[in-house]
Amino acid sequence: MNVLVYLIPISLLLGGIGLVAFFWSLRSRQYDDPEGDARRILTGDYDDHPKE
Amino acid sequence: MSEVQISACPACVAGPAANDVAHARDVRDTRFVLSLPAIYCAACISGVERELTKQPGVRAARVNLTLKRAQIEADEDVSVDDLVSALTQAGYEAYELDAGAISATETDRRGRAILTRIAVSGFAMMNVMLLSVAVWSGASDATRDMFHWISAAIALPAIAYAGQPFFGSAFTALKAKRLNMDVPISLAILLAGGMSLYETFESGAHAYFDAALSLTFFLLAGRYLDYRTRSVARSAAEELAALEVPRVTLADGRVISITEVEKGALIRVVPGARVPVDGIVMEGASEVDRSWLTGESLPALAEVDTIVSAGEVNLTGPLVVKVTAAGADSSLHRMADLVAMAETSRNRYTSLADRAARIYAPAVHLLALGAFIGWMIATGGDVRHALNVAVAVLIITCPCALGLAVPAVTTAASGRLFRAGMLIKSSTALERLAEVDTVVFDKTGTLTEGRPELSNLADIPPRARGVAMALASGSAHPLSSALFAATRAADVIPAKVTDIREVPGQGIEARYDGMTVRLGRAAWLNAVAQAQTATYLKIGDEAPLAFTFVDHLRDGAAEAVAALKRQGKDVVLLSGDTAAAVADIAHRVGISAWDADCLPEGKALRVAELTRSGRKVLMVGDGLNDTAALAAAHVSISPASALEATRVVSDMVLLGKSLAPLGEATRVSISATRRIKENFAIAAGYNMIAIPIALAGFATPLAAALAMSLSSITVSLNALRLRGKS
Repeated sequence: MNVLVYLIPISLLLGGIGLVAFFWSLRSRQYDDPEGDARRILTGDYDDHPKE
Repeated sequence: MSEVQISACPACVAGPAANDVAHARDVRDTRFVLSLPAIYCAACISGVERELTKQPGVRAARVNLTLKRAQIEADEDVSVDDLVSALTQAGYEAYELDAGAISATETDRRGRAILTRIAVSGFAMMNVMLLSVAVWSGASDATRDMFHWISAAIALPAIAYAGQPFFGSAFTALKAKRLNMDVPISLAILLAGGMSLYETFESGAHAYFDAALSLTFFLLAGRYLDYRTRSVARSAAEELAALEVPRVTLADGRVISITEVEKGALIRVVPGARVPVDGIVMEGASEVDRSWLTGESLPALAEVDTIVSAGEVNLTGPLVVKVTAAGADSSLHRMADLVAMAETSRNRYTSLADRAARIYAPAVHLLALGAFIGWMIATGGDVRHALNVAVAVLIITCPCALGLAVPAVTTAASGRLFRAGMLIKSSTALERLAEVDTVVFDKTGTLTEGRPELSNLADIPPRARGVAMALASGSAHPLSSALFAATRAADVIPAKVTDIREVPGQGIEARYDGMTVRLGRAAWLNAVAQAQTATYLKIGDEAPLAFTFVDHLRDGAAEAVAALKRQGKDVVLLSGDTAAAVADIAHRVGISAWDADCLPEGKALRVAELTRSGRKVLMVGDGLNDTAALAAAHVSISPASALEATRVVSDMVLLGKSLAPLGEATRVSISATRRIKENFAIAAGYNMIAIPIALAGFATPLAAALAMSLSSITVSLNALRLRGKS
């Protein structure tokens, strides 16, 4: 049962990483236009400026 | 025919297209927002963005396909009209929105706050559920206690954070001595959390941390769906209010807001503009289109001393108008008062969700209280056991299914209607639309586009065709434009005319082959006026020729009427126009019941009469003269081209040009209402099984989790059935 000492914190940590990732995606406005973003990958134009 | 010129900007043409779109990504300082009701694909996105960034002065443009909007960042001197007409020429329907009126950031922030709470409760729920599975599958003693403690450490802060919307709303309701859905919800969450903590202290076998969290999670999901539907509705209202930007040009050229206009001021109304106030014409001669106000499709003459009302459109010559009434006194506003009266009656409508909540909230409290008292008596005062049962009852009567039952369905339904080109503004509109059995249409601007179409070109001799085309080409008057368009479509070659000059309010005059030729009003040419909309051509001393026009039917009008009739609804046409014009349109779209020469009050009265005789009326109209009728009807729809005052009273707005989504809307509304009722039945069914178990004291946290998840998922899946078939 001692393994729980590691496993539980690890599972919480992994879940926490997921939560933080979700907050990040929310903050960076990735849910503002889901339909548009889904279609933009089909266009030939560069959507963001290539680094020069 | 607009006078807008699209000037090409050499710098933009020189730069590669990819570069133009390159900085389109970030629109930091939005200057304009355009509504793009007809876009739907990847090609539309890049097409619109490329077209916009090609315009001089536009720094960045970004299309949002979900909202069907474009945000534009541009220099100070860029006119939004140019952008709109550039898009229209490129084939994309576009309308201006007032960027200031759309508080997108504000709505975004609230939506994100709910999403954040959903994420927190979801994260906590999954972790606690993981620990609970261990307990359910047999962990005991110290292990179980430890798991309970860890669960408590995760669950309690998560509940405190994520449950705030419910606690806040319940507190407000209790302070006002009312019960709403949030009271039993908050009670269940708080009691479950508190009771479980106590059980953990006492090393009890059952803890409901996972149930409290999944309750919060599912209900927040319902809350978010509900919020999204509402915010779409609200932003629709804002968007539509933003469509009309009210400004007035004074005679000395200053542009001021309509609220600052004073009585007696002189204002200038250019051709093509809407008269913003009530007034008397002081200078100029023109024709005005009164169709918004009265439904008449024939333009009326406006000369010095003619009285004009707010909402009329100036057609040919510039006018200077002395203001007799502005703002609250104008005829526009009087119409709004009529509307306000009719509105109050409609606000009494109670939605299915409210009716369910009204039964549900007291019933749950009584049940839980009954369980507590019952077990107190049965066990001879075992508070802990009695409280445990009461908590189980509160949790298991799971308002999740109820909380999801309505929002899930309305989200699916409004999403589907939005894709079909309809915006739902009122949250109860779908339910009301489902009850409709009579549909009343307005004619001008609703069934028709309010745009004339030449009907007797075949009867006109070729020489006259050429002369008429040449004369019409120089004018922006709607009849001239229609005449020009029709002759061009028939490949007529314009005659050579010279000295073209427009006589404001009368017509166009020119020299042809040594003769004077005139195209214009009957009285001007000494012609006999016809009952139909017509313009007249006189070549030299020859007898005048009449060009007759019919109003162009709106796309999908006949289709919509046919669809409504197929659904067994009565269709009525009420118009302020003359009998001949109304009869013609009624025949063309297939409506047998029609009424002409209706006054605005008359329309509202007819609708009220129908309502009194037990009919549920759907009113479809766009003019100011329809506003009172729209407000009096059970539910109302107007096209996006309608006036602001009209759209404000409508429950739904057609975003595109076509009327065809009407048939779809009624069908979707009926199935949406059916789904809502089914969802209530499902929720009730689960409760009928689960409540006796909980009352008997056999409910375990596992049973609660199962009942809650199963009912929530069934309800959501049932709602999703709306999306698929078309």
